[in-house]
Amino acid sequence: MSENQHSTDVTSADQNTFADPGIPEHQHRRGDVDAAASKRAERQVVVLFAISVIGTIASLVAYFAFRPDGTTSGTRLSTLTLGLGMAFALLGIGLAAVHWAKAIMNDTEVSEERHQLSSPDDVREAAVASLKAGVDDSGIARRGMLKGAALSALALFPLTIAVPLVSSVGGDWNVSKLRHTRWEKGMRLATDPTGRPIKASDVTIGSVFHVIPDVSEKERSSGEWLSEKAKAVVLLIRLDPRDLHEADDRKGWSYDGIVAYSKICTHVGCPVALYEQQTHHLLCPCHQSTFDVADGAKVVFGPAHRPLPQLPITVDDDGYLVAQSDFHEPVGPSYWERLK
Amino acid sequence: MSTTTTERAAAGTADYLDQRTGLGKAVKEFARKTFPDHWSFLLGEIALYSLIVLILSGFFLTMFFVPSMTLVTHDGPPATMDGVLMSEAFSSTLRTSFEVRGGLLMRQIHHWAALLFMASIVTHMMRVFFTGAFRKPRELNWLVGTTLLILGLAAGFTGYSLPDDVLSGNGLRITDGVIKSIPIIGSYLSYFVFGGEFPGEDIIPRLFTLHIFVVPGLILALVGVHLFMLVLHKHTQYPGGGRKDTNVVGFPLFPVYTAKAGGFFFIVFGVIALMGATMAINNVWNYGPFDPSPVSAGAQPDWYMLFLEGSLRLMPGQGTEWVIGGYTLSLNILVPAVIVPGILFTFLFVYPFVEAAVTKDKREHHVLDRPRNVPVRTALGVAFLTAFIILALAGSNDLIATHFSLSINAITWAFRILIFVGPWFAFWVTKRICLGLQRKDRELVLHGHETGRIVRFANGEYIEVHRPLDDQERWLRVNYDAHRPLEVEPATDSRGVRRKGYKQDRRMARLSRFFYEDRVEPVTPAELEAAHSHGAHDEIGAAAGREEIGSGSTH
Repeated sequence: MSENQHSTDVTSADQNTFADPGIPEHQHRRGDVDAAASKRAERQVVVLFAISVIGTIASLVAYFAFRPDGTTSGTRLSTLTLGLGMAFALLGIGLAAVHWAKAIMNDTEVSEERHQLSSPDDVREAAVASLKAGVDDSGIARRGMLKGAALSALALFPLTIAVPLVSSVGGDWNVSKLRHTRWEKGMRLATDPTGRPIKASDVTIGSVFHVIPDVSEKERSSGEWLSEKAKAVVLLIRLDPRDLHEADDRKGWSYDGIVAYSKICTHVGCPVALYEQQTHHLLCPCHQSTFDVADGAKVVFGPAHRPLPQLPITVDDDGYLVAQSDFHEPVGPSYWERLK
Repeated sequence: MSTTTTERAAAGTADYLDQRTGLGKAVKEFARKTFPDHWSFLLGEIALYSLIVLILSGFFLTMFFVPSMTLVTHDGPPATMDGVLMSEAFSSTLRTSFEVRGGLLMRQIHHWAALLFMASIVTHMMRVFFTGAFRKPRELNWLVGTTLLILGLAAGFTGYSLPDDVLSGNGLRITDGVIKSIPIIGSYLSYFVFGGEFPGEDIIPRLFTLHIFVVPGLILALVGVHLFMLVLHKHTQYPGGGRKDTNVVGFPLFPVYTAKAGGFFFIVFGVIALMGATMAINNVWNYGPFDPSPVSAGAQPDWYMLFLEGSLRLMPGQGTEWVIGGYTLSLNILVPAVIVPGILFTFLFVYPFVEAAVTKDKREHHVLDRPRNVPVRTALGVAFLTAFIILALAGSNDLIATHFSLSINAITWAFRILIFVGPWFAFWVTKRICLGLQRKDRELVLHGHETGRIVRFANGEYIEVHRPLDDQERWLRVNYDAHRPLEVEPATDSRGVRRKGYKQDRRMARLSRFFYEDRVEPVTPAELEAAHSHGAHDEIGAAAGREEIGSGSTH
């Protein structure tokens, strides 16, 4: 390529575009012209491979030297030493190979022609002819009945797998279970997770209880319990009765300023676990929906739309807080047939 | 002579294999296959290598993980979890961490590799997008890549949930809420996924099957397609001297790329091992087994899920849950969790075809664009990333609030406004910057580099000496197409008959104007010539000045 930089020499024949100057001249590396530099690069590669071997040995030494003892710090030490040895073993190989390629291997750029991707016309024609011959041989174009039968059989046979699968994959498919929780009339409110029933007199103004239904220890260690608990968890809060605004139809749902609301967010179902005593606000830590406990747990901020469902409560003869009934609406996130 | 023995053995093996597989043809074809060199081509390699690390470390973990939700009483370290009732999945995760040698290291390597896998996929896609590497003939490979991105999200999501700790359980709970919001079939779909009511006892084994078989199987198959097409198309190359759409300039696969790419695998693995060794991640024993009641504030999903989380957080709940004929339509969930990601992924899937349509471009492209030379594409890409980043930041609004002592409500409102204004503003700024850079390129080509050397002529005039660009510098700046907007053919033909498809053409032309109305044409030789003759004595000064100032004298 011309090294001349004068403007008239850089245009191509048609004068409308510049000419491609071609691949830039090869820049020699120090190792290409200086044998000592080349030798030095080779030594560096050898050292890097050696570091890898040392890393592997270090990892094996760490395996014997630092046995995890069940504590977090012991496990951390074992993890750190094993991992560092491994990292050096790997990085040594990687850096050696790349350094070898960059410093020692030939770095002259080469140019390779690309081939046209699309097939030449005659090949295309031959391909179409082959397919046509095949179609003719099979007779599928002329025999409509055959085509229909083949397609029907192919379309239907997946049912033999799908029907049994679908019938069982959703458990009993009884979605009406979403409407009910473990709460029932007279069920005591118990603390989560110890399961101790709560007396109304234990609940001081401003305090919060995380509540589950008072079920047996056995039920609480059963496999189904988590699904029940996922619907039944309740937050119990006692407010100064002067702060509490109650809707007319819910006047009897609280007891002496104690209100119980579902802990499951009406947005997408996270536990609404953060209570701010000053403002009576409940905050969902997942998406920051905020509910005002003093005002029917209505939404004051965030992506939730509906208030938290309220659990009607009262006290039994022994002074324990009990549910008057189940929730009056499905708890948790909305779904299509929720109000049906 | 040992060399001859080795050589004879090698030749024998090669002959044996070639007679049975025709290996010689493949070796001849591929051994010296040329690959171009650029650091940004390594991003995709990082994705591939972190996938291999994921498979290796994942294999290790499956040896010890028990995908079961059966409740057991944990017996063993750590002390805080000894005797606690938990699922076998969580218990075996603790056992892998505390009792299996290198188990915690492998868990941390696996998790870090997953984060790196997604990060490298995203940055690789950014490289492909901004350089126009998705253009013909690579549109299909872009679709394969975008599908791989989604499968990567699926792999991350299903894996994140497996330990069955409080955080991952709440992630599943959010998923359940989103599924239930889907109109008509929501509650049935939730039962389909969980095998009954949330959480049930099936979800961990189901996710396990997806995580170690279905999703990685699909990923490996599509990675195979992705790489096959890469070899078929040959790699793209950055513009420069001698780089044409008809050739590929670079270094041969064997030995240069064998060493570089092979070595780079070990470097990626080594860096991930270093991260796994030194940086703790997902200490599940601090969270405890899943329980639907507790949740900790400041919980974050892995970074690639943050945009969905942020989208959910931003949507206001007021007035967005509609009851129509007694049925509940939860737009407060559907819009952020289904429609927003739907829009983002649709953009990714259709963009190459939209750009090709508004450009009427049917040629093959193997030389990459410099991002500045296609301002609207670059600006759209930056706007997209801005939306993604705003959503991801919104997914951390609680952490921003606590770290900077700000009101969470104010931050959320700020993001609600930013998600509309930010991408638009980013588009505008990026487009201006691109056009500015293109003008700067023209300026450089026409007038050369400023040298900072001021020369006084005999007549007292001062000029600054400009050094013309060399061939390579100039070629880089003039060798691009400034596409023009499409012209619409008239609505009626020569005989006044209305033409079919005129409206469609007009819409396309409008879109084309949006893309290419503002453009900076590359300098032509004629313009360069004109610039030189226009500033004739400037040029003389430069030419003369270079030598004479070099020799130490002045005019």
